[in-house]
This record gives sequence, structure tokens and C-alpha cells, in this order.
Amino acid sequence: MRFFLRRLRHALFLLLGVSILAFLFTTLAPGNYFDEMRLNPQIAPETVAALRAQYQLDRPLPLRYASWMNSVVHGRMGFSFAYNTPVAPLLFARARYTLLLTVTATLIAWGIALPLGVWSAERFGRWPDRLLSWGTAALLVIPDLALALGLLVLAVRTGRFPTGGMTSLEFERLSLGGKLCDLAWHMTLPVVALVLSALPLLLRHVRAAVVGVLDAPFMLAARGHGIPRRTLLYRYALRAAANPLISLFGFSIGALLSGSLLVEVVMSWPGLGPLLLESILSRDLYVVIGGVLLSTFFLVCGNFLADIFLYWADPRIRTESGAR
Amino acid sequence: MRSRRTFTKWLVVLGALHTIVVCAGFFAPYDPIEQDRKNPYLPPMQLHLMDLQGHVHLRPFAYVLKLREGTFDQYEQDTSQPVVVKFFKSGAGYRLLGFLPSRKHLFGSEETRICLLGTDAYGRDQFSRLLYGGQISLLAGILGAGCTLFIGLFVGSVAGYFGGWRDDVLMRVAELFLALPWLYLLFALRAFLSLSVSPLKAFFLIVVVIGGVGWARPARLVRGVVLSAKERDFVRAARGFGATDGYLLRRHILPETSSVLLTQAAILVPQYVLAEMTLSFLGLGIPEPVPSWGNLLSNLQQYSVLVSYWWMYLPALAMVPFFLGYLGLASSLQERGEAYKIERRGPGSLT
Repeated sequence: MRFFLRRLRHALFLLLGVSILAFLFTTLAPGNYFDEMRLNPQIAPETVAALRAQYQLDRPLPLRYASWMNSVVHGRMGFSFAYNTPVAPLLFARARYTLLLTVTATLIAWGIALPLGVWSAERFGRWPDRLLSWGTAALLVIPDLALALGLLVLAVRTGRFPTGGMTSLEFERLSLGGKLCDLAWHMTLPVVALVLSALPLLLRHVRAAVVGVLDAPFMLAARGHGIPRRTLLYRYALRAAANPLISLFGFSIGALLSGSLLVEVVMSWPGLGPLLLESILSRDLYVVIGGVLLSTFFLVCGNFLADIFLYWADPRIRTESGAR
Repeated sequence: MRSRRTFTKWLVVLGALHTIVVCAGFFAPYDPIEQDRKNPYLPPMQLHLMDLQGHVHLRPFAYVLKLREGTFDQYEQDTSQPVVVKFFKSGAGYRLLGFLPSRKHLFGSEETRICLLGTDAYGRDQFSRLLYGGQISLLAGILGAGCTLFIGLFVGSVAGYFGGWRDDVLMRVAELFLALPWLYLLFALRAFLSLSVSPLKAFFLIVVVIGGVGWARPARLVRGVVLSAKERDFVRAARGFGATDGYLLRRHILPETSSVLLTQAAILVPQYVLAEMTLSFLGLGIPEPVPSWGNLLSNLQQYSVLVSYWWMYLPALAMVPFFLGYLGLASSLQERGEAYKIERRGPGSLT
């Protein structure tokens, strides 16, 4: 229990730090949303000043931070100048789709990496393993951007896959099953791009971790007892190798969130990515801060999940936190 | 020994690739911003050695591309007009390495422009833009990595050497930076800097932004090395002889970090090149008409380009060898670092 409390405190501290950091950057920012209006001769300077005052852009930074914090607590997360609404509903509507993409990609990537990594570790140094190593190296050197664009070009050339958006035009008229199929069909390309960009790193780490464990004396002993191969690999080896892999799980969520930002823009998926880009271009301050904060929140959640896993999988952690 | 040989091999590969980019003026046949409005979206020209009758020629040649009758963007090879490729041909003036004025290009032709990777919407030669763009992107990556390593070295050595509250504060901030998804962080930093700036200013802005994002990991690594190095016997001895902090750091401790820093550099440069590409691709980086690898690809954001002009994607593939080179270099450096560590610790303490 104490272990979780400590992690929770750490997570809260992290979120607070990120919000302060994001606000500090805003002081460095030359120009704001209303600067363009100042150039417009049809808008009086007083109007611009009044607008600035209305949105409290003329107040000193600590005060602004305090009032923003207040609105975060009340679930509004500041005010979007461009959309003229509170930021939170704007972000949450988009964040759902980003989460859909990221969670699916995370599950699939790990679902492939674990068995394949174990399989390859078992054949360490033989030709299937070497072939796989070459494959991961090849995937590793293709930049994410090139990968996503390549998939898109391929989709357009073959005409089999949709090239953007999340649903077809006639989505509303489909049955529930049809809707799910349609969604899955639109998700395929972005998810494939994300999985392919995350997979090589995961595969390498799984393989390395399992190879390290397979050499251990207790594995030899277990084999000597005649425990079947499959149980040996998945129950004993994978569990013993779990510690670094679970830390990697938290990290992989961060990488996938970043990757999803790019993939969403490239494949015009209506998630956080396009919204964030748009708000950067129009200097919609609070949306940007909100987006960064929300992504950090997801990441913190992912790490917390990883900690729970770790607590469950690794008895060393349990005794350690119990002793303290 | 083996890792040493692979290290040299990758260094040679990277050296060759970078030479081509650095001497872009010579290897690129045309000026990267010279437009040819009559030939937009020219498909890649194929070089032939064998003509239609089956005769083999020593000099490669190409066929002039002509608009197909009745279309406005479909080109076809005009086989009646072979064009011989000339090597070491004089063309547009440029400055080799930035100061040697020259007019020589590796290849070119009298009759028509030879565009190996086709042309873009303004008829600019994609191959030339790719090479010149590489100068910008790679330089941004290398300078950005330099920035990061400098900050990382500074923060890491202060945290590791002085310890105490400085260590606590700096490492907490580092954790903060590590926790953020890097692309979001990059976006946030970029968001608060001015958007419409001159290419040169944009370049330095990007270098600083990219360099400022990733310092946390090298800082932690450097801190670890410094922490272990400052307890070594020879450092204690030097301190006993009255060496100052500055001297100890400069002379005895920071040289220990060189292997970590080199490995980090090989890992960071391709990451940062990719970061520059991403920013420029999204229109937050180097503005047109200056080419960079990112804004070369940004054409592909238009659906029509994606559908009709697939060769605009080719520059993306040209970057793969660079990434391969850096990856190979990084892994051979890592191997070498491990071998070095084992050698130094002695086989007894390998745990």
C-alpha cells in the first residue's frame, strides 16, 4: 500500500511540475492570440486591450496560473480563444480517439512482441533468431515519418484502405456490427504504423531480457525436473524477465503517444494531434497547455498501471516496500 | 577487436554519406530553388545504358520527357530524343563547402534537365533539393545533439559532483523532462516561439528547441559516471594534493564521460534529424523555399500529390542509409564501451 501511495505522490508531483513548466514557457512566448487583431485597422486598440483583459492575458503570471489551476479543478482547463469554449470538453472529445488508437496499438505491439521475443530468445543465435534480428534492425532504421507516409502511399496506390478520417460517409446508417467493422477498417493503417514503429524496440528488449534469464541456473534446474517447454518459457522465464519489461511498458506508452501525434496528423485521424497542431498555429495557448498536460496524464496513468503490474509480478518489490 | 573494426566500417560509411551531402553543390546538378514552371511534377527520369535496338552504350543516357497529348500532367518518354548524360559538366555556380566558388557538377546535360527523382510543383529538381535539404537537416541534428550534450554534461556534472540539494533539484527536473512524451514537449516548446520567421532564424530556433528537449537522459548518464569517478582513488589523491573542483572536473572526471557522450551523440543525431523532419513536415520548422528533409515530404500532405505523384515519397527512402549508419555506429560504440568497462573492472567483478 505504501508503495502505491509513494507512486501516487510522485505522479501528482509530476503533473504539477509539467503544468508549471508549460506555464513558464508561455512567458517566453512572443505574441498571443490577439496580436493578429492588433494589425487589423478595423479593430480598435481598445477592443484588443479589452479582450486581453477579459481573458486575463494582462495579469502577471502567478495570478494567471492560479486562476488556470482553479479552472482545472473545476474541470474546465482554461478557455480556448479560437473555439470560444472551455478547453476540457474540446480536449476530451479528441482524446478518446487518441486513446483508442494508442491503447489498441499498445496491446497489439505487446501481443506480438512477447511471444515473438520469447520464440526468438529460445533460438538465440540460430538462423530464425538472426533473421528476426535483421528484420527488427530494418524496421528500426526506417524513420517513423517515412513509415507512416509509406503506408499512406501504399494505401492510395492499392486503393484498399481509407486514407483518412475515422468513419465512412454512410457511418450513421450502418448497423452496430457494420459500424465496428467500418471503424476497424479505418483504424488499420494508423495502428499498423504505430505498431511497426514501436515493435522493433520492444522485440529487442523482450529478447534480451529472456535470453538473460534462460542462462540462469534455476532454469536449468526447472528443465531437469521435466517441466514442459511452454510452461518453462512463459511461466518461469517470462516472469523472471518481467521487471525491465514492465518499466519498458510505461516507456512504450510515452513513445506511442508521441508517435500517435504524428500518425494522426499524417493520416488525418481526428485525435489530439491535429487539434494540437491547429492550436499551435493559431496560438491558442490553453489548448496547447491542456493537450500537453493531458498526454502527461495518460503517461502517468500508464506508468501507474506498470507499477501495479510490477507489484503483482515481482515479489522482490513487495518485500522491499513491506520492509520499509 | 571486432567491435573496433565494425566501428571503423560504420564511420567510413557515414563519412561517405556526409561527404555527398556536404558537397551537395557538386553532386546536385541544379540549384535547389531554381524553378522550371514548364515542368511541374516531372516523374523520375530513368537512366539507360541500352537503347531500343539493343546496343549497349558506355555513357548513360535518358529520354526527354514530353507531355502526353491531351493531358496536362502525364509525361511520356520521347524515345526519338535520347539525351547523353555528361559528367563533370559546368552549370549553375555554387560555393563548395561554403567558400570555394565552382561551376562543376557531377553530371548534367545540354539538352534537358536530368531529374533523377522528378520535380515538385514548381519544377524544382527533387534530387538537388534532397541533397541540399540534407545539409540543413543533418546540421540541425548534429548541432541539436551538441546542444543537448552540452546541457547534459553541465547539468550531470553539477548534480553528480556537488550533490546535495543541487542534485535533488536537477534530477527532479530531469525526471519531469523524461516523463513527457517528447513530441508533445517539442510541440509545446515550439508553440510558444514565434511562427513566421526567416529561414536562418527558424533554423537556430529549431536547433535550440530540439536541443533543449532531450538533455535529461544524457544528464542522468553523465551524473552516474561522475558519481562513480569522483570516488576513484586517483581523484581522491588529486584532491588530497589540493586540486580545486574545477581542475578535478576538467582534468580527471569529465574525460571519463567521453565514451558515454560519444554513444549518446550517435543515438541522438538521427533522433534529432527526425525531430527536425517532423517539425518541418508539419510546417513548424524550416520554411520554404529553403529545402529540408521535412518540408520536402510535406508535399505529401496534399491528397492530390499522394494520389498522382508517388515519387514525391522517394526522398523519405533516401534517409534510410543515414539512419542505418548512425544505428550501426551507436551499437558498435556501445559494444566498445562495454568491452572497455569489462577490461577495466577485470574479469573478477563482472556481476
